[in-house]
Amino acid sequence: MSSFLRTHGTEIARLTFEHLWLTAFAMLFAVGIGVPLGILLTRKRGLARPVLAFANIVQTIPSLALFGLLLPVPWLGERAARLAIVALTGYALLPILRNTYAGIMGVDLALIDISNALGMSSFQRLMKVELPLAASVILAGVRTATVTCVGVATIAAAVGAGGLGELIFRGVASVDNGLVLAGAIPAALLALCADGILGFTEKRMVVRR
Amino acid sequence: MATQSVEFAKVSFTPEGGREILRDISLRVEPGTTTALLGRSGSGKTTLLRTVNALVTPTGGRVLIGDSDVATAEVIPLRRSIGYVIQENGLFPHMTVFRNVALPLLLSGNQNADEIAHRVEQMLSMVGLNYAELAERYPWQLSGGQRQRVGLARALVAEPKVLLMDEPFGALDPLTRAEMQTMLRNLLRGVGMTTLIVTHDLEEALYLADHVVLLEEGRVVADLAAGNVRSSQNEAMRKYVAATRRSDAA
Repeated sequence: MSSFLRTHGTEIARLTFEHLWLTAFAMLFAVGIGVPLGILLTRKRGLARPVLAFANIVQTIPSLALFGLLLPVPWLGERAARLAIVALTGYALLPILRNTYAGIMGVDLALIDISNALGMSSFQRLMKVELPLAASVILAGVRTATVTCVGVATIAAAVGAGGLGELIFRGVASVDNGLVLAGAIPAALLALCADGILGFTEKRMVVRR
Repeated sequence: MATQSVEFAKVSFTPEGGREILRDISLRVEPGTTTALLGRSGSGKTTLLRTVNALVTPTGGRVLIGDSDVATAEVIPLRRSIGYVIQENGLFPHMTVFRNVALPLLLSGNQNADEIAHRVEQMLSMVGLNYAELAERYPWQLSGGQRQRVGLARALVAEPKVLLMDEPFGALDPLTRAEMQTMLRNLLRGVGMTTLIVTHDLEEALYLADHVVLLEEGRVVADLAAGNVRSSQNEAMRKYVAATRRSDAA
């Protein structure tokens, strides 16, 4: 064990960092797209069904296939990390989108009514009432997305984007369980950490009524 | 802001694809007086109330506040000049009592923290609440009566032209309800604000209002001074009074 860490320690650290980096960027994009888009859907409800259906479909594509399918796409296929981030963003999008939409739609109608009666603009209502009350639901979506993302990111190694999947793929190819675990254990720990931290924040955001 | 009259001129409302809810309602509430809208559930009283702050847009007729037509007024300033109290769930659960009451001032762009604090304190004491004790609490930490008092303080903090109340005490126990009615009556007499209050409780209407308007299926069927209600020969009103007596006797 200790000799394994001595020989592979720096590599594990490097790949863990790479893994984190891929996930973080994908999550950044997914939140940046998913939350505003989710808000937009609550304002233009006719769009909600088709957009959510599309995000659903993206999520059902097997991840390995999605990476493969994106490979020949011009600009995307040029750099593996770029491709990986785009694919991961696609996966992370649905939970965030769905929870943003559901969280805002779930705000008590009496409070929406009161917000309007107090003379709030649509934007004020969003910032002062809808987002604070939907925050814990939105964060729950971010949490689900992050955990999924950390898992799916291991597949990114298949297209050469690096990350902890590299150790797993190498381990599988050379029938070396130690190597597989060296990739799997840090990946699992990352997912658990993200889940714990976001779960804690989420609970703090719940509004008592 | 000086209080103003409210006038309904042949107001009707039919929601898209629905049945007619308000039919040709004409009614005037004099400045500084209180009118109770009485009627059974589904008679249209809440809908009528909501035409005043443009939460419902009439499909016919006009609603006037003072001389200005609600239909042509800018909706946000209009709503900010009207106080609105609903039955329950009216307070924002993620805001303290202080923030809830201060909100209308903040929305209208008041940035002066001292002035806001002073005004909130004044309003809370007006509705019989202790600022030091309650200002930093959240709605879930209050009793039902306290919540309604906070709701009333919020409705009055920006000195509205008109006060609208939709079954404000409907969710309260009888003792708290009576306390609230006494407090509101004194308060309304004190500030002399044009008030419309929706209720199905005749006693409440008579205790609080100068005028009582009875609605039935979207029509005004009686419009009487509060003092004349019990002796009224109006058929619909007599029935309502009789029904109340029976429930009191039971």
